[in-house]
Amino acid sequence: MPTVSVKRDLLFKALGRTYTDEEFDELCFEFGLELDEITSEKEIISKEQGDKKAEGASDVVLYKIDVPANRYDLLCLEGLVRGLQVFKERIKAPLYKRVMPNGEIQKLIITEETAKIRPYAVAAVLRNIKFTKDRYDSFIELQEKLHQNICRKRALVAIGAHDLDSLSGPFTFTAKRPSDIKFKPLSKTKEYTACELMNIYKTDNHLKHYLHIIENKPLYPVIYDSNGVILSMPPIINGNHSKITLNTRNVFIECTGTDFTKAKIVLDIIVTMFSEYCENQFTVEAAEVVFPNGKSYTFPELAYRKEMVRADLINKKVGIRETPENLAKLLTRMCLKSEVIGDGNQIEIEIPPTRADIIHACDIVEDAAIAYGYNNIQMTLPKTYTIANQFPLNKLTELLRHDMAAAGFTEALTFALCSQEDIADKLGVDISATKAVHISNPKTAEFQVARTTLLPGLLKTIAANRKMPLPLKLFEISDIVVKDSSRDVGARNYRHLCAVYYNKNPGFEIIHGLLDRIMQLLDVPPGEKKGGYVIKASEGPAFFPGRCAEVFARGQSIGKLGVLHPDVITKFELTMPCSSLEINIEPFL
Amino acid sequence: MADGPVADVLLRRLEAADGGLDSAELAAELGVEHQAVVGAVKSLQALGEIIEAELRSTKRWELTAEGEEIAREGSHEARVFRSVPPEGLAQSELMRLPSGKVGFSKAMSNKWIRVDKSAADGPRVFRVVDSMEDDVQRRLQLVRGGQAEKLAEKERSELRKRKLLTEVTLKTYWVSKGSAFSTSVSKQEAELSPEMISSGSWRDRPFKPYNFSAHGVLPDSGHLHPLLKVRTQFRQIFLEMGFTEMPTDNFIESSFWNFDALFQPQQHPARDQHDTFFLQDPAEALQLPMDYVHRVKRTHSQGGYGSQGYKYTWKLDEARKNLLRTHTTAASARALYRLARKKPFTPIKYFSIDRVFRNETLDATHLAEFHQIEGVVADHGLTLGHLMGVLREFFTKLGITQLRFKPAYNPYTEPSMEVFSYHQGLKKWVEVGNSGLFRPEMLLPMGLPENVSVIAWGLSLERQREPPVPRP
Repeated sequence: MPTVSVKRDLLFKALGRTYTDEEFDELCFEFGLELDEITSEKEIISKEQGDKKAEGASDVVLYKIDVPANRYDLLCLEGLVRGLQVFKERIKAPLYKRVMPNGEIQKLIITEETAKIRPYAVAAVLRNIKFTKDRYDSFIELQEKLHQNICRKRALVAIGAHDLDSLSGPFTFTAKRPSDIKFKPLSKTKEYTACELMNIYKTDNHLKHYLHIIENKPLYPVIYDSNGVILSMPPIINGNHSKITLNTRNVFIECTGTDFTKAKIVLDIIVTMFSEYCENQFTVEAAEVVFPNGKSYTFPELAYRKEMVRADLINKKVGIRETPENLAKLLTRMCLKSEVIGDGNQIEIEIPPTRADIIHACDIVEDAAIAYGYNNIQMTLPKTYTIANQFPLNKLTELLRHDMAAAGFTEALTFALCSQEDIADKLGVDISATKAVHISNPKTAEFQVARTTLLPGLLKTIAANRKMPLPLKLFEISDIVVKDSSRDVGARNYRHLCAVYYNKNPGFEIIHGLLDRIMQLLDVPPGEKKGGYVIKASEGPAFFPGRCAEVFARGQSIGKLGVLHPDVITKFELTMPCSSLEINIEPFL
Repeated sequence: MADGPVADVLLRRLEAADGGLDSAELAAELGVEHQAVVGAVKSLQALGEIIEAELRSTKRWELTAEGEEIAREGSHEARVFRSVPPEGLAQSELMRLPSGKVGFSKAMSNKWIRVDKSAADGPRVFRVVDSMEDDVQRRLQLVRGGQAEKLAEKERSELRKRKLLTEVTLKTYWVSKGSAFSTSVSKQEAELSPEMISSGSWRDRPFKPYNFSAHGVLPDSGHLHPLLKVRTQFRQIFLEMGFTEMPTDNFIESSFWNFDALFQPQQHPARDQHDTFFLQDPAEALQLPMDYVHRVKRTHSQGGYGSQGYKYTWKLDEARKNLLRTHTTAASARALYRLARKKPFTPIKYFSIDRVFRNETLDATHLAEFHQIEGVVADHGLTLGHLMGVLREFFTKLGITQLRFKPAYNPYTEPSMEVFSYHQGLKKWVEVGNSGLFRPEMLLPMGLPENVSVIAWGLSLERQREPPVPRP
């Protein structure tokens, strides 16, 4: 969930009133926001770097507000204020308009070289804008928030904003060899080639995260003006030449990317938010983008869409009984201008370009419910009549767990993921013989594979509890995972029961006695007869020679018990003899 | 009758004594081990205020084994001196004597003997003086007689350096009469025995009082894991509410069931390598329900079922990628898909509690695997009010009665609501769960009827507290 940080006093000024922290928290909650933290720049720096560094930093109160991940229109002060003011019916939602310029339209021409790396671009112009320090900071911050969220860290979309008066159109979006791109980037004093820049930015804490997007490509995307001035090398950095300042009056905005839909949404959000500061409020000057196939499009789209939803559908989904007129009023408070039409039960809703999150009637239903107030909805119980059933495997597990504890064994809960070493080397088995499922991107060796046996988890639990008085008697009933090509995903779980006895003597008879008790509980009689169980001398790399038996029940092998091999004991950093039992309980369902 | 002969004597001596007596002195007088007197003191102390005993530690010098030998037979140098006859002795022969090597050099430096190296048959040792005083033996005998204090500090330390003396700390008791002093105490019985019951002797026996402030012995039993006890309690609540348990015994899931089926777009951050464990082997799902897959693909990329869709290029390869399920909602999706294929539609209430996995680095507040609790109800015409009503009942069973609901965003529910409860300890509202109505873009491609709504909620087992001990 993105967090937007705004200056409290600036926010209250824009809202036209002040709130106590509690009042504002309450308003956020109602609207689906969360006032996450009340802080200041000074407090943040002192928390992260110590009081000394914080000296002299601003102690202006900051509100950190959590915004739902799909509400890009609330990612800056301007959008938050507009949303809340409309919600509180203090203003009407503005109507955003795309206008054609008086003179020639700004053009961005995409060449075919971009196809393999960043095929899409959109653009628009904010004409006669007036920045202040706060507005400028908010403008930069909104781009950053969009980059981190909908733009997926600039991989899908990257934004560039330029001082139009320093440039001369038409612009060309192309891709070139990195050695052929040379320019002075933002906040540098001399020119570098793209190759040099990529090296310099490897140590830049901010930009190093975006390098991988183009790093290994033969051609890098780049935008030129008609004089060969580089506007930007997306998605890495803009040129210093067209940098916007507090004095910039006309802003050329380009968004390039690999996802056309998202590029259009991002452009719409930026221009709808900041056209507020244009001389003609909420108007945006169009730009033309010519694609390699010769087709040209005009941006920003700023499309208003009409949706029709029946009032009774909203009432039925929310569980309320409001008149269509009231519902239309509720929706209008959510920036969704609505009116009752047709037979008087039909509501026509206008979805503004700021609300790309509204893609289905259910999104409209939610907004009606939010405006109605979630906590005003009457709670009722559904009349759904059902008979409960336990999942048989879990039912069996629950019954066995209680009896294992009654038999004096203590239940452990261990991780289902572990290292290859745990299930292979330490048990004297080759990893290829385990049929284990392998994880491709673990952050630590502790999560290389899913366990194929419960034993390592219990032995690690004992190792972590060596100081406890002996004997240690542990068990776990849980799932292991192995590859199985008969399953749709190529792997399956098995429910295993594992128990270990750790003492100065191996205690085979104790573990054996536990098996006898389990079989008694499962109503499996001893003996080879059909339906009975026996144990037969066996061997296994994890067991001491001559001290291992295989368990057969209901005609199939279900596991092994025995005294662990001293090598196994040592590898798990244990020092005492230990016996173990591990069986699959699924045959007893 | 007192507790053994030593205790008996101790009491009688104490009666006659002025003030008190020392345990070590008594042991010496009686000719018994000091430990025997200490035992008597302790057993008398256990009877109450009969005696008072104050622990004292005194330091004493004792002879080592070698010191004892010297006190008895003389120092090594004296023994060397004595073994040299007036006519002298071959040095080689002297060296073979038991004290030879140690005593020779000391006797030389004491100038008691000399060596004549010019003798015909090798070096020969002669006496220098006619007699000598064996100070070492004399001093050690003093210590043995308990008169170590008569030695100068320097003399003692020299003997200690030669490892003939050691200083030992002796713990003794200074015993005096207690407030309930009596010479005729009788031994109290510790416990009732079968013999006492059959003979009836318990009637005239005194019994030692119990120490009720001591701890009892814990019962020798196994235990259930605390978190899994909470799991049992949650299962119980769902079962009481008529919910059927879904199968969740498949940790491995395809991206399709984990994300795509839930209408979670393929560029969603949750599908990032940083957040989800993907599999190297088996890397891809072998089978997917292709008819359904096509409906899902169309809904994502073009929309449909009243939806605009996400308008992006949906890739089958992405959906095939196997992973460790990031939520049990993947299992709920499978369960709802099975439900959709059963005609006619029958309403259901489902639940599950099982493990889910996230690619996290472990620390105090992050686990790479944890348990998710999930409830699902599917029926005709379910509302947000129904969801809130079910949640109220569910949380009431957990003892949580103050609830409120906050609008939220989840990729696969709309409307969505976070559930908050008022925490009495923290004095604030805390989030206890997440909930919503599953999106039509998730339900309709499965084939569920259009007027069927599915309400669902989830919470984390690890954040729940241990239930109180159940009463029978």
